Amino acid sequence: MTESLSLEIRALHEVSLTVNGELKTVRAYPMERLLDVLRHQLGLTGAKEGCGEGECGSCSVLLNDALVNSCLVPVLQAKDADIVTIEGLAAGVQLDVLQEAFLKSGGAQCGICTPGMILAAHHLLRRKPNPTTEEIREGLSGNLCRCTGYIQIVEAVAEAARRRAAA
Amino acid sequence: MTGDHIVGVSVPRKEGRDKVTGRAQYVDDLTLPGMLFGATVRSQVPRSKIGKITFGPGIAWDEFIVVTARDIPGKNVIALIANDQPCLADGVVNHPEEPILLLAHSDRHLLPQAVAAVSIEYDQLPALFTVEQSETRSEVIWGSDNIFKSYLVEKGDVDGIWKKADYIVEGEYKTGAQEQLYIENNGMIASFDAQQGMTVWGSLQCPFYVHKALMALCNLTADKVRVVQMETGGAFGGKEEYPSMIAAHAALLAIKCGRPVKIIYDRLEDMAATTKRHPSRTRHRTALSKDGRILGGEIELTIDGGAYVTLSPVVLSRATIHAGGAYYWPNVRITAKAVATNAPPHGAFRGFGAPQSLFALERHMDRIAQVVGLSPVEIRKRNFLQPGQMTTTEQTVREPLDLVRLLDRALELSDYHAKKQRFAKENELGTSRKGIGIAAFLHGAGFTGSGERNLSSVVGVEGCADGTIKVLVSSTEFGQGTKTVLCQIAAETLGLPYENVEIAQADTDQVPNSGPTVASRTVMVVGKLVQSAALGIKQTLMGSGLLGDSYSAEQFRSACRTQVAAHGQFRSWARYEAPADVFWDDDKYRGEAYAAFAWAVYVAEATVDMTTYNVSVDDFLALQEVGKVLHPVLARGQIAGGVAQGIGYTLYEKVIWQNGRMQNGQMTNYIMPTSADLPVVRVFFEEMGNVHGAFGAKGIGELPMDGPAPAIVNAVEDALKVPFDSIPLLPEDVFEALLAKREPQSVGGVR
Repeated sequence: MTESLSLEIRALHEVSLTVNGELKTVRAYPMERLLDVLRHQLGLTGAKEGCGEGECGSCSVLLNDALVNSCLVPVLQAKDADIVTIEGLAAGVQLDVLQEAFLKSGGAQCGICTPGMILAAHHLLRRKPNPTTEEIREGLSGNLCRCTGYIQIVEAVAEAARRRAAA
Repeated sequence: MTGDHIVGVSVPRKEGRDKVTGRAQYVDDLTLPGMLFGATVRSQVPRSKIGKITFGPGIAWDEFIVVTARDIPGKNVIALIANDQPCLADGVVNHPEEPILLLAHSDRHLLPQAVAAVSIEYDQLPALFTVEQSETRSEVIWGSDNIFKSYLVEKGDVDGIWKKADYIVEGEYKTGAQEQLYIENNGMIASFDAQQGMTVWGSLQCPFYVHKALMALCNLTADKVRVVQMETGGAFGGKEEYPSMIAAHAALLAIKCGRPVKIIYDRLEDMAATTKRHPSRTRHRTALSKDGRILGGEIELTIDGGAYVTLSPVVLSRATIHAGGAYYWPNVRITAKAVATNAPPHGAFRGFGAPQSLFALERHMDRIAQVVGLSPVEIRKRNFLQPGQMTTTEQTVREPLDLVRLLDRALELSDYHAKKQRFAKENELGTSRKGIGIAAFLHGAGFTGSGERNLSSVVGVEGCADGTIKVLVSSTEFGQGTKTVLCQIAAETLGLPYENVEIAQADTDQVPNSGPTVASRTVMVVGKLVQSAALGIKQTLMGSGLLGDSYSAEQFRSACRTQVAAHGQFRSWARYEAPADVFWDDDKYRGEAYAAFAWAVYVAEATVDMTTYNVSVDDFLALQEVGKVLHPVLARGQIAGGVAQGIGYTLYEKVIWQNGRMQNGQMTNYIMPTSADLPVVRVFFEEMGNVHGAFGAKGIGELPMDGPAPAIVNAVEDALKVPFDSIPLLPEDVFEALLAKREPQSVGGVR
């Protein structure tokens, strides 16, 4: 059993998944990280590796509307799934309200946590369109930022919520 | 001219759109054709002779590129200050994680197993791990006395003051190492071609530091080395000197294999092997008059530099000059030294020595207040530096400084007095204790002493063929907003819309050496040069009659286009010139230490949970005087972010050492604050003009790192009435201190 399992793990598999609305088929090892498949095979480098163990959240993507650390997801687990990365958030040149709010409020400094942070915020606003400050802080607590102290990020999310509500 | 101000307005970040869309290119996002991946085999022991190296079984070694010290074309050294740190260990190692050899392969997944399969025989030597061990000189591990650098600052007659003193207050204070913990790990790509020379792309702060290091290592002339900064995902000093090492490694592999090589550290390697903030120990002995005025004092400051000199002399310099803080010392003697231990070299980290010596001083001021019987507020007010007085290095305060007013405003904004009373009352009940603490401090902007004169930075501004303006600097963007603010300065100087000004990528082939992006110098020093160079552009266009005294943006563009069409490349340069009245004596450590100081008062409110001994910061007020604020959103972001790192330094971030090696090099066990842990930092600015910076700006980036630790620990003492003199202060430390306080009573009671 061990031998067949290890053969299975070492063999390339064909995996289909929908990424930012497009159906993609990749050949990958089953335990290959979704993060690596996105970055190396699909050229979507917006998701970043910060820690490789699910602590920092800079590799965050949406998998069937759930926020996941793509460094912890084997690609086989993403088979037939619907994935949204930061590249899928803006509609063409038109930025998402969240992206605009991050720009205006100073929510992005060095930018390395920003794609994951914006996706975490997007996920939060889907569940809670009018979050309190506490809910924003709690909702983003899986995404580490070393630059901002989070204040301007929290303000950006609150601003985006207000603008979405007004739209 | 448009007439609208650009400086002082929160314009959009130049690279902001790329950052929020995920398009910004960091080094790991770049792939070159035929590129291999590199990895580093590191020392497993602190201090040792290196014996036999064996390439173990189970690895297809013929597929790997292997580089040792013998492959280095030039000098085996990372050129910086003392040039004592090898690029690859040759025969001996002096700290754990010291690089010994390098591997490269086209499949990055094969590298970890290969690194693990290299076995190295060690013939270990005795090692030193603490400042105290280093001081005993039981082993001499560096030079003749284990001392990398020492400074002596003397002002007045310290020896004569003790007999005049009504009080003598002593204290010893310690700070721990701190990891910069930028979210983007270190990384470099190198490509070598015998004709073109060496090119590296990387995550870095100082392109010309890397440039200098590669020239010496590869034995190449300046024109054969090119360093390009990619978008950099946080740095905080952590990408000041160590990137030269990684670039050197990638370069050696690239030379050997003739293909581009990428080295990206994982988190564990980055945390264990690269630099951290210097641990420190500071001793104060202070003489005071009956009414609480400082008569003088001795300050003895020691920092742990790790195994090689690297930047320790410069860090020590800043620690030394900041040791007397924002107070007037009629007499003082500061003795400072950086010592060697067998740990990876400690290095640059935001604040650069000042957080260490200011933690000691601002804790000591609270101790003095208790001994003298004054409040923490009053002891500070009685000793603040005033205009016309001289700092410890005998630099006269020439600006209209009013620290009493700054402190009073901070107390008012934080509702200090009412809260202090209320907490004292409420602390008698309940399962938590609250306290409030203050720290008053300063931070010098720019290089210390003669540093700026020696750097002799150059900045260029180019009028382009399409009529737009391009700023040419080696100053790098890594979150602070360098690109944005320098473009604002050029636009304001030229009276052009912000959108008409761009900034070149920091590429040593394209930009002049405007110095390293460190020491809170970018806006104040480089910004001023951008202003001068931009003025040169305007004067040339006016002088040639292409531009009148008043003009529209379109008229400027047209004039610029005409100039380029007629005369070709149109550039204006500005080089730093030290003001005539700036005097600094490197031997006596006396004179104008910095062109300008920023001043601040921070107030922290903390709660100690008496069940878990967890300390949380409930409110944080940061009031500072930083000259003109050029971009309010960015400036606030710098302060809030710096305070967050300061809170981490104080209450969360503890490096666990064992035999010189970090044991907790992961984000799971080295804990930095999350959005759920931090208070709202309330940021306020006072603006007092400064003649040295562009449009009156001073340095801002490092200042907020200095104040949180003492303010918070002062608040914890206020809450618990127990003094804490070292950081980090974790729940177990609070618990032990409270236990120690209770112990004598309980012993008496039980027996």
